[in-house]
Amino acid sequence: MALKGNLRDFTITQLLNLINLARKSGTLFIEGPSEKAQVSFQQGKLAYAHVAGEDDSLATILYRANKITAAQHRTIKARAGKMSDKELGLLLINANYITQQDILASLQAYFVSVVQRLFTWVEGFFRFENGAAPPDGKITIRMSLENLIIEGSRQMREWEHLQSEIPSLDMALKFTDRPGTNLRNVNLSVEEWRVVSYINPKNTIRRIARTTQMNDLEIRRIVYGLLQAGLVELVRPQGTAPKLKPSLPGKTREEQKSLVNRLIGRIRSL
Amino acid sequence: MQTVKIVVTGPFSAGKTEFIQSVSEIDVVSTERKITSEAERIKATTTVAMDFGRITVGEDLVLYLFGTPGQRRFDFMWEILSEGMLGFIVLIDSTRPETFREGRSILETFKAYAPTPYVVAANKQDLPDAWELDDMRIALRLQDHVKLLPCVATDKEAVKKVLLELLYSVLAEMDANETG
Ligand SMILES: Nc1nc2c(ncn2[C@@H]2O[C@H](COP(=O)(O)OP(=O)(O)OP(=O)(O)O)[C@@H](O)[C@H]2O)c(=O)[nH]1
Ligand SMILES: [Mg+2]
Repeated sequence: MALKGNLRDFTITQLLNLINLARKSGTLFIEGPSEKAQVSFQQGKLAYAHVAGEDDSLATILYRANKITAAQHRTIKARAGKMSDKELGLLLINANYITQQDILASLQAYFVSVVQRLFTWVEGFFRFENGAAPPDGKITIRMSLENLIIEGSRQMREWEHLQSEIPSLDMALKFTDRPGTNLRNVNLSVEEWRVVSYINPKNTIRRIARTTQMNDLEIRRIVYGLLQAGLVELVRPQGTAPKLKPSLPGKTREEQKSLVNRLIGRIRSL
Repeated sequence: MQTVKIVVTGPFSAGKTEFIQSVSEIDVVSTERKITSEAERIKATTTVAMDFGRITVGEDLVLYLFGTPGQRRFDFMWEILSEGMLGFIVLIDSTRPETFREGRSILETFKAYAPTPYVVAANKQDLPDAWELDDMRIALRLQDHVKLLPCVATDKEAVKKVLLELLYSVLAEMDANETG
């Protein structure tokens, strides 16, 4: 049976668990709201991972991991442009630039970081292609999935928690008017500042997320922090709904008020 | 005949059924079930669909009190129940801080459904290990303008007070809309 669906219904962690238990070999293709990724497995172990559009050449990965210098990176890029990662790896090892151990460790760190990013994708289509291998020439690793699964479950609990704290992204945020809170005295991260700058009872959280290009998890994390710190509160977005919905019979305001007053009188007399 | 609806919500076992029973003129039409799951067996029955109480105001006017099921797996009912409500009451069991987070989440969910007034009632204030209101306000992260009222659901007078405070808020909101 084809393994495909939406991450909303089947999370990355659940997929990893399945691949691990069934010792599957193949490639998982995921299309998130703004990015695409692919992750390959060999007999239930992580072999390769890549986010589309990202430079995942061995030279760049080694450079980012501080295994080679900027100058070496430039030279390799200029001279060995056409070489596959496997060829380049062999060359570097033979020239005693670097050990095989270093190469594998750097690749593993990169692949893991890709999978960790996938944990924050709460929706997106996925499909698993049995037997599909990583692109030609790429060096693969063999890393068991258990630790990643544990980390993913932890994140999932966080996600569930955040969802119950902030059930609807269609609410807006408003600064609390508690005396003594001054934003200037609070240490906010760059991300938090970006969100803070859009806080306005007119903007829904969803809109702020779109503007700041954050996914559901990222925006909820930040809003949760601001809520916890007592800096903001959740309010209905302004101008979307009438204030008191006419859930009251009676046509005029006076009629409605007299109705509420009758209710009050009745309850007092109970 | 005119009908008006107030919704009583809150976490599992907060005292919603009890609250409605205290003021309803009919026996609460309740859909109680024996509790089967181990984790939730802190009392014998739970509400699975809704509670339903009635207060007749006059020949032409009836107030209905709807209690939501407390367990989250019935929350598909909430939106239906909240439709057309005059306001809502969030009951919180003051002796069970482990339910405060859930209470807050329910409050935010209902706030998102409808722009109606609401009050929060700190229930079971008669019990010795009930949290104090000031502490609950902080734990529940309620702003100063949100009414947090002490409550004992088995005590009719206390329940009346909570209902009245909600109705006062409804009136105040009407006045605010008039001027605003
Ligand atoms: N001491 C005390 N006990 C209360 C009070 N309110 C409710 N109880 C008790 O708390 C338990 C739960 O009350 P319920 O009315 O069943 O709570 P509920 O919110 O309807 O529960 P669910 O429908 O299962 O979510 C019952 O044993 C009540 O008798 C109160 O104010 N004081
Ligand atoms: Mg009940």
